[in-house]
Amino acid sequence: MDQYMLNLLVVGASFALYIGIAIWARAGSTSEFYAAGRGVNPVMNGMATAADWMSAASFISMAGLIAFVGYNNSSFLMGWTGGYVLMALLLAPYLRKFGKFTVPEFIGDRFYSTSARVVGVICLLVISITYVIGQMTGAGVAFSRFLEVESWQGLFIASGVVFMYAVLGGMKGITYTQVAQYCVLIVAYTIPAVFISLQLTGNPIPGLGLFSTHTESGLPLLTKLDQVVTELGFNQYTAATSPLNMALFTLSLMIGTAGLPHVIIRFFTVPKVADARWSAGWALVFIALLYLTAPAVGAMARLNITEQMWPNGGVNGDAVTVQQIETEETYQWMENWVQTGLLRFEDKNGDGMIQYYNDGNAEMQALAAQRGWEGNELVTFNRDILVLANPEIANLPPWVIALIAAGGLAAALSTAAGLLLAISSAISHDLIKGTFNPEISEKSELLWARVSMAGAIVLATYLGLNPPGFAAQVVALAFGLAAATLFPVLMMGIFSKRVNSAGAIAGMLVGLLVTLAYLFTYLGILFIPGTNLLENTAVNHLFGISPLAFGPIGAVLNFATAFIVSSMTEEPPQEVQDLVESVRIPRGASAAAADH
Amino acid sequence: MADQTSNRTGAAQDASSYWSANLRLIVICLIIWALVSFGFGILLRPMLSGIAIGGTDLGFWFAQQGSILVFLGLIFFYAWRMNKIDQQYGVDEE
Repeated sequence: MDQYMLNLLVVGASFALYIGIAIWARAGSTSEFYAAGRGVNPVMNGMATAADWMSAASFISMAGLIAFVGYNNSSFLMGWTGGYVLMALLLAPYLRKFGKFTVPEFIGDRFYSTSARVVGVICLLVISITYVIGQMTGAGVAFSRFLEVESWQGLFIASGVVFMYAVLGGMKGITYTQVAQYCVLIVAYTIPAVFISLQLTGNPIPGLGLFSTHTESGLPLLTKLDQVVTELGFNQYTAATSPLNMALFTLSLMIGTAGLPHVIIRFFTVPKVADARWSAGWALVFIALLYLTAPAVGAMARLNITEQMWPNGGVNGDAVTVQQIETEETYQWMENWVQTGLLRFEDKNGDGMIQYYNDGNAEMQALAAQRGWEGNELVTFNRDILVLANPEIANLPPWVIALIAAGGLAAALSTAAGLLLAISSAISHDLIKGTFNPEISEKSELLWARVSMAGAIVLATYLGLNPPGFAAQVVALAFGLAAATLFPVLMMGIFSKRVNSAGAIAGMLVGLLVTLAYLFTYLGILFIPGTNLLENTAVNHLFGISPLAFGPIGAVLNFATAFIVSSMTEEPPQEVQDLVESVRIPRGASAAAADH
Repeated sequence: MADQTSNRTGAAQDASSYWSANLRLIVICLIIWALVSFGFGILLRPMLSGIAIGGTDLGFWFAQQGSILVFLGLIFFYAWRMNKIDQQYGVDEE
């Protein structure tokens, strides 16, 4: 069986499984549609949260981000896991106790104001819609690469599958498909990593292999890697450059993670407050399985690739020849990926060899002049290739490659579905029922929930086909805004009885507007290139803070504004203070759910 | 453990000491959370550079593995400890 048929078979089987779950887990009430009837086992919810959270960015891009930058990009590892500590300690149990369906609903009730709820909806929509674009384009790309269909066809198939289980099953259908998707994606990620770790270090656990001895050279793997990359003029893999920005960026990712509404609502699905606490731990267990492996995949793949480019004893020997790349089986992956345009090499000096080195480095330029090189000849190497091509680079069997295709799609679809639910429930529950038509019956609300879901899928598909120019800035935007708007307002709603509606609304607006203004100043108005007021360089940044790391500053401004405005206005009414008291105490969580 | 229904007197006081027990636990956990990530993993890494591990230093390990493992431990510790405190103050779920 050829590779194409195998890809089709494995991806097809995984899709059949998701559709089967969709038919089995149909939602019959709004409680099932929004919160899976609050009957999800905490371990299962942990697994679903992990799939919900780990997007195409975690699965496809993260190892590559670490591989080509090294230590400095550890921010992604710490930031995207450390946020769960904040969520587990500061938000999840209390919001579960509150026992309603959406994040803006809590904001509206706690701050006794429909305006606060609507501002919450606006923040949620901006965050979730930008985030979903990346998932849809990711799914389209994975389809077109592995199943040889056009990107738009891939996107339509992906939307169709999500439509099946999200519209029929709501949160209930999404939860159980996410559990299945987690299993697919973690197996797909782990198997190639284990093989590569065994090949390079003899240790089957990649996270341990990263810190053990490179079998071939007898040196520690990271020492070997540092040596190999510095020899070619690249930065040392384990070295730090700007600790302060790294710390702020990490903090921005952490606070942003804790404030992402599509992740928070997953904790509404468990039966009890104690379950919400355990469930956050389980979520991090399942996330850590991938996050502890990713840095090993990054480092090992970087070592593999660099050594393949210099197969004759590093930079002192000859580089790989064009003939080798075209004929030898070890280099077949390069041929495969050249066809996608994501990898490109060019024999600039016509010596029949491909020299890969950092041509921006002065020492390397001197060496190049001496040896007759005319620039780096591995011209394009897209970072996303790293995980997708990993099995091919390590010469693993074809079924592992097919598994990677199914895994990448599972990661993109599971996150897209979670985001779509956050978007559609904000529309049907917060806007239609909460704001415009409170008298709506449960049956028609459920219908509206399905209609909103269908509408959100159509919108996401449209944006996936015509991604706005800022798709690449999604991380900065979504995490920065979640950190600056939703996280502070939720935290104050639980930990302070004094913050009132005026304070909360002012805080959210200040967080939203100042963060957007800072991002637009350096990255362009609405991220349109060329419209930025200042050049995006460290010298221009306020106190040297990069726009990517601005989230915590926005959060501080939000907190400060809310406290100052609240202290100058009346304190919240008694029933709201009672609500805060009740949210702080676990007892009665199941009763709160039944009342609703 | 206190009887759950007849213990209405001093309920407000109980509620506030329950809340401060929770806050204390949160603060302890967050200090450790910050220490392993922003501390050992980033800002204090130079201090740990003397401790070699697998071809690099302990700070690098904390940044790429250790902090994640500590986060895991923290969340489970908090869940376990809070569930105990809930019982102690009689505010756990039936």
